[in-house]
Amino acid sequence: MNPLVELLLDGGSLSTAQMAQVLKLSEAELNSQLEALKKEGVLLGFRPVLNLSNEETGVVRAVIEVRITPERGGGFNRLAERISRFDEVESCYLMSGGYDLLVFVNGASLQRVAAFVSEKLSTIEGVLSTATHFMLRAYKEHGFMLGGKVVESERLKVSP
Amino acid sequence: MDQSRFIAKHVVNLPKSGIRDFFDIVAKMKDAISLGVGEPDFDTPWHIREAGIYALEKGKTHYTSNLGLLELRRAICKYVEKNFSASYVPENEVIITVGVSEGLDLACRALINPGDKVMYHQPCYVSYSPSITLAHGIPVPVPTFAKDNFALTVEALRAAWQPGCKVLMLNLPCNPTGGTCDRAQIEAIAKFAVEKDLIVLSDEIYSELTFEGVHTSIASLPGMKERVIFLHGFSKAFAMTGWRIGYACGPAALIEAMMKVHQYSMLCASIISQEAAIEALVRGEDGMKKMRDQYHRRRDFIVRRFNEIGLKCHLPRGSFYAFPDVSMTGMNEKDFAISLLQTEKVAIVPGTAFGENGRGFCRACFATSYEQLVEAATRIERHVAAVAGKK
Repeated sequence: MNPLVELLLDGGSLSTAQMAQVLKLSEAELNSQLEALKKEGVLLGFRPVLNLSNEETGVVRAVIEVRITPERGGGFNRLAERISRFDEVESCYLMSGGYDLLVFVNGASLQRVAAFVSEKLSTIEGVLSTATHFMLRAYKEHGFMLGGKVVESERLKVSP
Repeated sequence: MDQSRFIAKHVVNLPKSGIRDFFDIVAKMKDAISLGVGEPDFDTPWHIREAGIYALEKGKTHYTSNLGLLELRRAICKYVEKNFSASYVPENEVIITVGVSEGLDLACRALINPGDKVMYHQPCYVSYSPSITLAHGIPVPVPTFAKDNFALTVEALRAAWQPGCKVLMLNLPCNPTGGTCDRAQIEAIAKFAVEKDLIVLSDEIYSELTFEGVHTSIASLPGMKERVIFLHGFSKAFAMTGWRIGYACGPAALIEAMMKVHQYSMLCASIISQEAAIEALVRGEDGMKKMRDQYHRRRDFIVRRFNEIGLKCHLPRGSFYAFPDVSMTGMNEKDFAISLLQTEKVAIVPGTAFGENGRGFCRACFATSYEQLVEAATRIERHVAAVAGKK
């Protein structure tokens, strides 16, 4: 794997100056490598993983199971991409099993999400059915446990 | 009343651990970055912890047989055969111990008659020499050197050997140096052990954390199984230090002798830890490899930085310790470690805590986060520049 990609995965909270030290690059070289990764479409961006309550973010999240009709030549891709382009859609996956697409949606309120589903999503030609599940609480996001206090390491400072 | 007159002489004469001294100093220092620890920064992987919780829920709260759970011994034999190419019988050639520390102590107490001499390479883990002394043996240190990347050489063994030597202790890869031996060197050591009729205690606790080449266990060499006690555990590879769980494999007669000591002292290792250890062996390999890969990258970084800073540091082939030479600063290892702690708040351990042959070196554990390592390197660089300038 590209050493920079490996470092982004392993030491994600390093500053660019620190990453440059680890990889033995100047900061300018590091930045140009990051740019190159963006151009290649490997690195799409950075997002913070925040531990905020729904009230604080004012966001309602829902997971929607969507059944769609596959098309000759394109399968599920054209419809999946069309659905993914909506701003409300955070992630979209093609699934095996009882439905085809699993769509993660964000909205400012329950009504907004409901309106998105009933007015936009389910009216698309080829969408057969939707089943919407609103998220009540998140316990873990992107590998981070939420809700708990940050626990300091209990390792002794010096040990044999 | 002076109670100290009741304390056994050989205990009075044991030196206080150099680590302990240093710990007392570091403990007073707030917000220090510590590269002074001897354990992984990872917590035990969750599936292993969960297995311990499940064991408690199921009422596994009783003694086990003295040798330990047969299911665990079976899993150990499979694991050792697969990874170390040495085959043992679960029924009578394996004993579960309270960490490798207990395994080492059991072996010493089961093998050593008062006055028997025990060879061990040094710098080494802090308990080797005391374990020998507590079993009324005589420690015979064998030096290892930076020029050999701290591998143990037969020349050094020959030079240190003396009549009355009965046991040879090995710890490869080694805490604190990260040094280890390749197959040819292990073969030469094995030949020496046969020639001098030594029984070998091989503590291979860091073997999974071998970054270059293949780890060769002395127990796997032809004809060696009969004179080797293979000591291993879960602390380092599976990040299970606090569970205190390890094991010893060896010829049935020796395991039986160790079991005698174990049954009258420890009785058995914690059943909860034994249950968790089964989970570690059966399903823990992927998680272990992920941790090893992370240690590997951190090692490459910190060793490169030490050399850039001017502190000559060999590449430790195993373990999670770097062992840089700090003599260029014009200070001895203890003064350097203390001044580094006081001025830059970075804790590393003076090499002499691991024996006389650690003189001039310090141990830095790289099992810590990248952020801390990068910052520690920056501070060490600043400190070295400041003190070397004054020289």
